[in-house]
This record gives sequence, C-alpha cells and structure tokens, in this order.
Amino acid sequence: MSAEKFSNPVVRWIDHRLPVFSMLDHEKYDYPVPKNLNYFWNFGVLAGLALVIMIVTGIVLAMNYTAHVDHAFSSVERIMRDVNHGWLIRYIHMNAASFFFIVVYIHIFRGLYYGSYKAPRELLWMLGVVIFLLMMATAFMGYVLPWGQMSFWGATVITNLFSAIPLVGESIVTFLWGGFSVDNPTLNRFFSLHYLMPFVIAGVVVLHIVALHRFGSNNPIGIDAKGPQDTISFHPYYTIKDMVGIAMFLLLLAVAVFFFPNAMGHPDNYIPANPMQTPAHIVPEWYFLPFYAILRAVPDKLGGVLLMFAAIFVLFILPWLDRSPVRSARFRPVFRIFFWLLFIDCIALGYLGGKPAEGVYVVLSRIATVWYFLHFLLILPLLSVFETTRPLPKSISEPVLATAKGVA
Amino acid sequence: MGKFLIASVTALAALIGVAGPAHAAGGGDVKLVSGEWSFAGPFGYFDKGAMQRGFQVYLEVCAGCHGVEYLAFRNLADLGYNDAEIKAIAAEYEVMDGPDDDGEMFMRPARPADMIPSPYRNDNEARANNNGALPPDLSLITKARANGADYLYSLLLGYEDAPADTEVPEGMYYNNAYSGHLIAMPQPIYGDDVEYTDGTPTTPESLAADVTHFLMWAAEPKMEARKRIGVAAVFFLSIFLIMSYMAKRRVWAELH
Repeated sequence: MSAEKFSNPVVRWIDHRLPVFSMLDHEKYDYPVPKNLNYFWNFGVLAGLALVIMIVTGIVLAMNYTAHVDHAFSSVERIMRDVNHGWLIRYIHMNAASFFFIVVYIHIFRGLYYGSYKAPRELLWMLGVVIFLLMMATAFMGYVLPWGQMSFWGATVITNLFSAIPLVGESIVTFLWGGFSVDNPTLNRFFSLHYLMPFVIAGVVVLHIVALHRFGSNNPIGIDAKGPQDTISFHPYYTIKDMVGIAMFLLLLAVAVFFFPNAMGHPDNYIPANPMQTPAHIVPEWYFLPFYAILRAVPDKLGGVLLMFAAIFVLFILPWLDRSPVRSARFRPVFRIFFWLLFIDCIALGYLGGKPAEGVYVVLSRIATVWYFLHFLLILPLLSVFETTRPLPKSISEPVLATAKGVA
Repeated sequence: MGKFLIASVTALAALIGVAGPAHAAGGGDVKLVSGEWSFAGPFGYFDKGAMQRGFQVYLEVCAGCHGVEYLAFRNLADLGYNDAEIKAIAAEYEVMDGPDDDGEMFMRPARPADMIPSPYRNDNEARANNNGALPPDLSLITKARANGADYLYSLLLGYEDAPADTEVPEGMYYNNAYSGHLIAMPQPIYGDDVEYTDGTPTTPESLAADVTHFLMWAAEPKMEARKRIGVAAVFFLSIFLIMSYMAKRRVWAELH
C-alpha cells in the first residue's frame, strides 16, 4: 500500500510508520464484498454495535455498582433513582443484552440457512460459536449482579449443574462459589469475570473478523465471487446498507428501553435475594430458555447437563455434519424444509423452557430435544448424500442481473 | 427492506411471546381487575393529586406494617409538595444520628435528605409483630409483581368470603387476586379509611387506585422523564431510519 494515496501530510507521516490508515482504507475500498447480500448480512455489524453498547454502558454502571451481598441490590436502586440518568444507562444495558442475543440468534440462523459454516469458513463459524458461549457466560454472570431473587436462585441452579460431574463435581461447585453456597465471594468473582469477559469477546470478535476477511462474506446464493463483476466495495455500499440496519436496531431498542424496559426481565428480580425463600418457578433469562428446556427434558441430572452442552457443541462440528457442497438453502429444497422445522423446534424449546417442568410440557420438551439432535446428527448427514439440489447459477452477477431485468 | 422489517418485528414478537408466559407462571386462577391508569401508555404521566392522596393512604393505612425503604423525604417533591411541606412531613419522624462528640448515638427530627423510616427495625421484629408473616417493603412492589399496578389494585380489592370448600386457617384471609388465595395480610381497605381534603370520594376503589398510583411512582420515579425522552428518541430514530433508507436507495441506484 503506497502512502502517497493520502493527501494530508500528517496522515501520510503516520501511515508511513504505522499503516493504520492504509489498513482502514484497504478494508473500506479494496475489500471486495458480494454485491447480492441481503439485510440478514446486517446482523454481524449489529452484534458488534450491541457489544460496544454493552461495554460502554457497563463501564458506567460499574462506576456506581457495589459488589457486596448487602449493598448490590440497593446500589442498583441508587443507580435507578439518584445517579444522573442512571435509569437510562441501566435500562439500556438490560435491554441491549436481550437485543444482543436476538441479533446473534438471527445471525446464527442466517448462517445456518445460507450455509455460511461450510468450507472454507469453518473456523470463522467455530469462532462465532465460541463468541456465543462467552456471551452466555457473560450474560449469566451479569444477571447475578443485581442480587435479586432470580439472580440468586438462577446462580444457585446453574452453578449446581456442575455438581453432576462424577467424583469432582462437588469440589468444582465449591470452587466456583468460593464457599459452601452462593454468597458474597460468588458475587465478587462474578462481577470481576463479568467485567473481564466482554473484552475476551472483543478479542475473539477480532479473530472472527480476520477469518471473515480471509475469504469474504458468504452470500444468499452461496457461490464464490468469480471476479470484480460479482463484488462491490464495502464503502459506500455496505456502510450505507448497514446504516439502515443500525437505524432499525436503535429504533427497536429505544422502544424497548423507553416503553417496555422490564418486559424481557423477570419481576422477581425486583425482590432482594433471599436464600431462605425459593421462588415458585426459577426461570433463567429468555435467551437461555431453549437450553434450559433441553436440560430439564432429561430425567438424569448429569445426562441433562451433558445434553445441554452437547446442544452447543454440535454447532462446532456442524461443518462436518453437513457435507453438502451446496451452501445456500435456496438451492436445497429439502434442507430448506428441515431448516424451518429446526427454527420452529428452537422456538418451541424456548417456550417450553419457560413453562413448569410438569405434565405435557416435559413430554413436548423431550420431543423437541430429540428433534434438535436428530436434525444435526442424522438429517443433515443424510441430506448431504441423498438430497437433489437445484442447479446453481454460474455467477453471482447472473441472477442479480436477471432479477434487475425482471423488476424493470 | 420489507423482509428485514418483517424479520425484526417477528423476532420481537417471538421474544415477547416466549418471555411473556415465563412471567405469568405460578399465577393460578387469580382474578385481576384493571384500573384506568394515567401512567399507562407512551404518553403516560403521574397524577399529582392521586399520588398525594395515595401517599396519605399509605401513611394512614399501610405504613403501620410496610416500609418504603428506597424513598427519601426529598423525593416527595415529585408529588407536588414544596420544600416547606416536605420539611414539615419529615419533621414528624425521629431518626437516629450520630455518633456525637461524646460518641453517643442520638435521636433527632428527620430532614428531607433522610430516608423515610420503616416501621420495624429489622425483619425479625416485623415477623414478631405479624404472626410470623413478613410485610414486604413497598418501594418496588409494583415492579416486583407481574402486571404490578393491576395486581396491587386487585389485591387490595380482592378480599371476599372463602368458598365453602376452602378452609381458612387462623390468621389468614381469603383474597381472589393472591396466588394460592390465602394471604396473611388482613383486609386493609374498607372505604372511608382516610379523610381526603380535596373532596375525592373515599370508596374502596378510589383509595386502592390512589395508593397504587403512589406506589407505581415509588417503584419507577423516573417514568415520566423516561417516556418523555422516549417519544423524542423514537421520533428522531424514525426520521434517521427513513433518511438512511433513502440514502441507501440513492447510493445503490448507481449500481444497476
């Protein structure tokens, strides 16, 4: 990259020694992006935006929060009542956490639908799953910090899962707690880790982007760009398209923050934690409900824990389960049906995770859990062999031009 | 764009659909009546008259057993009281201060900066005075229950004779809005429990609505500011969205 391309002498001087401007310029103009990305390709940028919002609001909250069992709840109330615009910062943090998961779930399902996990993007996909896991750990620990009833009992239930591990389980739980129950040491270490993890996520996001830029974005028809006629520069085309998504994201976030700030939380978390009183139904945050349903679907504790983790692990090996050379579901008529069944299955698991574990809900949870694993472990490998895919277009620009003509 | 919009709205709807039932769990066959609340909706506001009357109901009916530990006297300015009135309200309470120069704790009249004292020194004293039941603090009660305002209003008006097949133990009462129906709190409101100075009728419904109004403010004192900023934010972001979309259309038009 020649430094001469910058007219500003200061920029040129810096860039010669520290080529950050060349790097940005390279990503902005020289990085080729398929010209046919739809709005579902906004969600990576939106997830990044959500992470930034979480870190900024989180740092401000940490300035006013007290990680002590006697003061955590009241320090949060002080933020809500006496810190200037503290209510706004906290409601943004609470709701942006949920929006982060909404965005990431859409991002994941987009990847599933268009086959973005397939070669040569396996590592890109796996890094994404790592980010998802880190997000879940971060969100779980964050939910403990206000030290309400659901904070306390959620922490108790989830940390207790590790006691299912044979032999060392109990010791691991004691180690996690820093004592013999969820108590002040637990709250302190969760606060410390909750502050650390977002930066770990940011690090993995960098790797995710490096891996992305190696081969560039997948696209809705899932074939590789054949040349310059198939691609456009990131700026201005996708910066402006991302801007539309960002505006929509912020608008929906604002509606939640300002008009339904507690709709995605649980009322019990406005009751201070009380180790002597168990809530009628302990439910995790909504974004954990599908996994919670899988956990409870298994009558055996260890089995439930293993299956719950397997539900995420199966995503790691997905690139090797689905061997079909065709990426996009647009050209895989049978896969497309199963994709939507999986989508419905995940929504069903989310619904069932919020219901008490009794009667018909248990039966339905088991069916939905079995289907989840069948999809990945049996249906996808079989489809890779037996599905007749539709013919692929010769290049990205071919169908793009065809649609353009069709519209005109 | 259309697809994206549908996807966003579907996601939000799915989310509320999933999150909603999680909250409703454990309700049972309770009966909720809905009040007409000025604080509902995107333009909702607190009615100062209702809050002042509700505060009076709180003081004369509820405060014997329930505290509002997150409220300070100074917060009562939101109800429309001026500084002198707040000082006068605070001065009726004694709070502990100290240590003084001799190292002694001492009692003094409360000041606006003090928190409103709770009726009991601790939970044990509260239980000892209430048949072992703990009267919950009310400062967050409307946020700590699903459908908080309607729930509280229904609970206050929900006392009735138990059905023939329900046995009500000593020290318990039957309430059609309470989960499980057996509640340790005796019926607090009968009508005419307090004397309003502004001529508002003191029916049970009116008293219950006013104290609910006061407690909604106590739980969410920044609601008016939140909704006011919210309307502006949503307006601004809608314009931003439309302009981004128009700009996108123009930039992409060069491609085809």
